[in-house]
Amino acid sequence: MKRAFPILAVLTALLLVYAFYQALWVAPTDALQGDVYRIIYYHVPSAWTAFLLFFINFIASVQYLANARPSTARAARWIVIAIGIIGFVAPFIPQVKQQLPTGMYPSSVATTFLIITGLYFVIGKYFVDQDLDVLAVTTAEVGVVFCSIVLVTGPIWARPVWGIWWAPGDIRLTSTLVLWLIYVSYLVLRRFSDSAQTQKLAAVLAVFGALDVPLVYFSIWFFRTQHPQPVIGGGGSMDPRMLHVLLISWMAFLCFAFLVCWSRYRLEKLRREVEEAEALESLLEPAGLAGPSSAVKTPLSRGSK
Amino acid sequence: MNSIKFLYAAYIATWLIHSLYIGSLVRRYGRLRQQMKDLGRGK
Repeated sequence: MKRAFPILAVLTALLLVYAFYQALWVAPTDALQGDVYRIIYYHVPSAWTAFLLFFINFIASVQYLANARPSTARAARWIVIAIGIIGFVAPFIPQVKQQLPTGMYPSSVATTFLIITGLYFVIGKYFVDQDLDVLAVTTAEVGVVFCSIVLVTGPIWARPVWGIWWAPGDIRLTSTLVLWLIYVSYLVLRRFSDSAQTQKLAAVLAVFGALDVPLVYFSIWFFRTQHPQPVIGGGGSMDPRMLHVLLISWMAFLCFAFLVCWSRYRLEKLRREVEEAEALESLLEPAGLAGPSSAVKTPLSRGSK
Repeated sequence: MNSIKFLYAAYIATWLIHSLYIGSLVRRYGRLRQQMKDLGRGK
């Protein structure tokens, strides 16, 4: 595992450079917007990555809350299976199919539900107890970074194209800002609250905060908005060469996000071990057991190796 | 449309935000390493 990180870091750097080259020099220029449209190669992949991270945060938070009792954990598993089956089958029922917005295919909706169910069980298999909470805080923090990029690059694109930095009252823009604020408040809660219930409170906040993600994503289907139509699975259309570059760019950003999450996850685990070790040492100090010559094994003795 | 400066601004802003965040991670790692050293010395 120690070798995997630098190898992956080098591969990600190469992929990012390649995506940058493709975005600036290979992708064709837009006939209407000129070169400024190339901002989408950073804006859209950042948005997709942020949504994915917030979604992982949601799953980790649900599991953290559900795992408090074996009965709720079991119930949550069955609910997820039921949602997966209904979500997979329902889009193919003619009455439901008719209700889907133009450009949204039943197969893509079914696949999305399948991925959601799969992700729930994969996370449940590899992360348990406190690891779920560590995963939740990691994905929320990195998600906020990517969402910040969305909120910064969007207005930079809007200024030359729309003539304004921000369209007040636009549902897509406003709901994205609200999403960012929800997750910033989540991080503030975690940073400044010392209560024993902080992790549970944060998990509840994350579950409610995640409800804004579908609102952001589907707002351009269901509401009148100035924001362009979605480039995949929606009413918008895109030159295949542009779409190809967009997907390369997203791959690069996904790898980058994975690396950053990996570092942040390790940092959080280490921070908790240090805190645990400090607490243990302060407990042992009055009895004269602590210190460098102490034979007592603190949690840190595992982490510092 | 002379908008190339907006394109550069967006790309620079993106990497600036990522650099600031990675910088904060490195700082936090450094602080933790120091705490670990202090613990090892018994403060």
